[in-house]
Amino acid sequence: MSGRTMKETERVEAPRGPGHGMMIGQVGQKAMDFGPSFRRLLGHLRPHRVKIVFVFLSAVVSVALAAIGPRALGRATDIVFAGAIGSRLPAGMTREQAIAAAEAAGQGQVADLLSGVDFTPGVGIDFQALAVVLLTVVGIYLASSLFGYLQGWLLNDVVQHTIYRLRASVEDKLNRLPLRYFDRQPRGELLSRVTNDIDNISQSLQHTMSQMLTSVLTIVFVVAMMVVISPTLALVALVTIPVTMVVAGLVMRRSQKKFIAQWRHTGALNGQIEEAFTGHALVKVFGRQKEVQARFDAENEQLFQASFGAQFLSGLIMPIMMFIGNLNYVVVAVIGGLRVASGTMSLGDVQAFIQYSRQFTQPVTQVASMINLLQSGVASAERVFELLDEDEESPDDQTARLPGETVGRVSFEHVSFRYEPDQPLIEDLSLEVNPGQMVAIVGPTGAGKTTLVNLIMRFYELDKGRITLDGVDIATIPRWELRSQVGMVLQDTWLFHGTIRENIAYGRPDATEEEILEAARATFVDRFVHSLPDGYDTVIDDEGSNISAGEKQLITIARAFLARPALLILDEATSSVDTRTELLLQHAMAALRTNRTSFVIAHRLSTIRDADLILMMENGQIVERGTHEELIAMHGAYYRLYNSQFSGPDVVDAEPAMPPHPFTGQPAAAS
Amino acid sequence: MLWRILKESLRRYRRELAFIVGLQLIGTMAALYLPSLNADIIDNGVVFGDTGYIIRTGAVMLVVSLVQVVATIVAVYFGARTAMSMGRDLRSSIFHKVGAFSSQEMSHFGAPSLITRNTNDVQQVQTVTAMGLTMFVMAPIMMVGGIVMALREDLGLAWLVAVAIPLLGASVGFIASRLVPSFRAMQVKIDTVNRVLREQTSGIRVLRAFVRERFETERFDRANTDLTEVSLTVGRWMAAMFPVVMLILNVSSVAVLWFGGLRIEAGAMEIGSLTAFLTYLLQILMSVMMATFMVVMIPRAAVSADRIAEVLDSESSVKPPSRPVTRLVKRGHLRLDRVTFSYPGADYPVVNDVSVGAKPGETLAIIGSTGAGKTTLVNLIPRLFDVTSGAVLVDGVDVRDLEPELLWSKIGLVPQNPYLFSGTVRSNLQYGNPEATDDEMWRALEIAQARDFVEAMPEGLDSPIAQGGTNVSGGQRQRLQIARAIIRAPEIYIFDDSFSALDLTTDARLRRALKPITSEATVVIVAQRVSTITDADQILVLEDGARVGLGTHDELMRTCPTYVEIVESQAQAEAV
Repeated sequence: MSGRTMKETERVEAPRGPGHGMMIGQVGQKAMDFGPSFRRLLGHLRPHRVKIVFVFLSAVVSVALAAIGPRALGRATDIVFAGAIGSRLPAGMTREQAIAAAEAAGQGQVADLLSGVDFTPGVGIDFQALAVVLLTVVGIYLASSLFGYLQGWLLNDVVQHTIYRLRASVEDKLNRLPLRYFDRQPRGELLSRVTNDIDNISQSLQHTMSQMLTSVLTIVFVVAMMVVISPTLALVALVTIPVTMVVAGLVMRRSQKKFIAQWRHTGALNGQIEEAFTGHALVKVFGRQKEVQARFDAENEQLFQASFGAQFLSGLIMPIMMFIGNLNYVVVAVIGGLRVASGTMSLGDVQAFIQYSRQFTQPVTQVASMINLLQSGVASAERVFELLDEDEESPDDQTARLPGETVGRVSFEHVSFRYEPDQPLIEDLSLEVNPGQMVAIVGPTGAGKTTLVNLIMRFYELDKGRITLDGVDIATIPRWELRSQVGMVLQDTWLFHGTIRENIAYGRPDATEEEILEAARATFVDRFVHSLPDGYDTVIDDEGSNISAGEKQLITIARAFLARPALLILDEATSSVDTRTELLLQHAMAALRTNRTSFVIAHRLSTIRDADLILMMENGQIVERGTHEELIAMHGAYYRLYNSQFSGPDVVDAEPAMPPHPFTGQPAAAS
Repeated sequence: MLWRILKESLRRYRRELAFIVGLQLIGTMAALYLPSLNADIIDNGVVFGDTGYIIRTGAVMLVVSLVQVVATIVAVYFGARTAMSMGRDLRSSIFHKVGAFSSQEMSHFGAPSLITRNTNDVQQVQTVTAMGLTMFVMAPIMMVGGIVMALREDLGLAWLVAVAIPLLGASVGFIASRLVPSFRAMQVKIDTVNRVLREQTSGIRVLRAFVRERFETERFDRANTDLTEVSLTVGRWMAAMFPVVMLILNVSSVAVLWFGGLRIEAGAMEIGSLTAFLTYLLQILMSVMMATFMVVMIPRAAVSADRIAEVLDSESSVKPPSRPVTRLVKRGHLRLDRVTFSYPGADYPVVNDVSVGAKPGETLAIIGSTGAGKTTLVNLIPRLFDVTSGAVLVDGVDVRDLEPELLWSKIGLVPQNPYLFSGTVRSNLQYGNPEATDDEMWRALEIAQARDFVEAMPEGLDSPIAQGGTNVSGGQRQRLQIARAIIRAPEIYIFDDSFSALDLTTDARLRRALKPITSEATVVIVAQRVSTITDADQILVLEDGARVGLGTHDELMRTCPTYVEIVESQAQAEAV
């Protein structure tokens, strides 16, 4: 167990931020297989099929109605226009007469215009007709907005529930992954997958799903309406689609590169800041402030260059799109004007057309930017799926059970185990431990002490041999049954964000208040709890900084005490705990050990001397075993270890005289 | 506070700002001119069938569009540059400010919080500035310009503008005011979900050992459900935003046509003005919407700005001397003279009136229970803190009068929490001495009992070290940072409880190997265990920050009850 503590600050902060659509590419940096992951992501939406059909239907209705709107509004303009012209002409004239009169007066163009307008000379605006049209328009827009809201509402539901399930399945997966996976995977990386990547999927699903759908539908309907009004003008507008796509694509590809660079530099700079601030005192005392600041300034400048580029390039899209839109506008206005003048098109249609062409550049741009966001989301999805596809622990074999009352007889029979296939660790190890015995495991770092106890917990599967508890092979009983018989106190004092009471009760959730207090008293937690303002309700915060390391260790002992295990595994704490707390810890551990088979990774002489059996480990082998007296008498590895520690530095086996100080060159005095 | 931060950090970019405003003005005016030209096409061209006029005006529109796009692009260029420059400057000033902080300010803020302030908070302010420099500048120009142009087209419809703007502003504002707190709540819930996951991955062994998978799943499910609920709320308000805005825009258009129609019938308005008015109104409303969105962004950035200002406004409690002493005659003499340190506003001092001294070749050990002030006391030597009263003298000079670089060059600090920097074994050792040769590095590693495992690493000295040193074990981390101090060949070594993660044999070997190289240096050792320090020349016993004993082990056993108590408690511990 690498002694990672909860304290290490983990910054898996993803650059999350504004203008969601612009935050592209922070994940999708490596080449990936877009198709399968995307389909699999869509597959996660399948349980919501029915809702999705409704989402689609309401989107179609909403967008279609919104697309009809301008056309209907154009009708209204025509009515106004007709009225405006009609009121200028004398009453009693027919429409044909008016056109003919204009023609006769040499105003051929006016005549052309009039022939395109449905007016009645002498009659002003037909307000009744106008009211009908406008009310219809209001109705259309109202319905469109309602359906739009319905669509957004339903889609939000689908996306949130999908993400909920995805999160749950990831958490579930964590519980079924073998410990090897956690050893292999850097924790920050794993955390980033289960947190940032899922957040990213959620964001991109939410934005792309709704906007993609409406944008595509809008393009379809608007183009349809434009074709209906004027195929010629529609052709002009359609030309802008590929132009827009190409220009947007070009700009976005460049800006995405800059965005990737921006996130890369942000990450690098954050790393530097974190390092400089966490190692603040060291940077100072080692006189490295100038270098650190110079490095920071250089990286900061690079970040500036990248983010400036990203900001500028992504900012270009709007004005460029606006320009293309305006070109379109000008062309439509001119050609439309000419056609109205020639009487082949109504003014209302031109106005509707202008509105359509304005409505139309925006979704095209949006589709282009959505594609980027979607890519980033799919890249995250792929990383999450990778996790979900990892091999799981072998399923629990439910057949065998432990005999009724566990007494705690443990035996290792020719056990072999390796973390890496080509690196032998524990080879052919056999061992017999009787109920109630205390086994102390000693040896240098890396000798396999922790591995040995991990095997008892069945955190790893053996390569060869078997381990039995009360005669039952632990590989044949469900893990939970085995583990509920074993209590563990690790050096790594893991507590979760909750009250002290909740943390103690972690050992046995059904414990009564009295049992919790009893465990607390037996392990001296009770003593310091009363000096805390909230007593047992004191919340242990993320950093665990409100109580000391020793007190945290006491809580973990109380937790194990409450669990009432038949078998105990203790990793003695050696980290900086002051002597008085340490004394308490020792008493608490002793209380915990009473009448239980226990395995202690021991650092203290007292523990070792009291042990019924001492295992001296070196390189995965038990090189010596026996009681303290027996091992001392052997004058072997244990004897050397014992002497080196407990008799002060001067008794270490004779080492050659020390060379001069390597850096000052001065002869070193013999100690 | 946001305003102050912006004002101060944008002051350097006044010229650019003026430029941006000017360009946006041109761009917006061009945009506003287009509908009016379109109206001309209808009124003067279409109605009279004057095709020549239509084409000429079309050409003018083209030129105006061109002017608009160029002005806007240049404005975007300067806007992006200014906002990002401001972000860069802010990051730099925070970083430099924190660099000057003493450990007192560091512990006041906490490193994680300072990191967030230096990164995310700046990002927030920078983003709002970037958006502000484009949208916030444009929106008011657009709004005012749009209103003026619309009223020029027809004054009689002014009331429509007066109704539509507040209506839209209020609607968007209402939705936004619901959204903002939900957003904040959502962030909290996301943090909770992520925290549970973090706890699960870091405590995987414990939770499996206690068979708490189901409990954890339930705990996670609660957090997940909470988050989903808030996200649903947020999503629903977001879903309402667009339809509501569109409805208001469209109903406004309908109103313009109806009331415009009335005015045309009455002969008070031209038909082209109607179309133009319609376009202007839409433009005005769009700018109102943009402005409202911006206003919503501001509170979040304001919180960040406050947090930034807090850092920038803090003064380091440790200031470099104005006329530093740059040369010293003696080597490694240390003297603490009635040293007292207390945190501002604290009731009791952490270190209270402690006097002690040490000469080269001597070892001074400091012992006492947790919270006795041991670490604080040794941190006063390299000026990580400054004394509240009394003085720390190195080679006879008050450290506060010494040139900091000179002071630090004399000290080899091995702090309590081992910390390595990302890079390689080599780059970490170079932290101690940038000029060290490979030979020197290997010798330092040997003394620190780190040679074996570094040699076993595939790339030796060039083996990568992760940030904080998380890819090596706690004991290896400690040994590497001891090597880092050794390679510096300092005159004063400070070992702050530096042997705790080593196993027994290694600990003993290391201390033995250290003896010869520290024979010419002053050694200060903070220790927990009596066995580590029995042979020290002097042992300082601290209790509640005060000196309760000073002398050799044997002397203290006779004279110092606290020391005897510590020794006995350890003997007792060993005897359990």
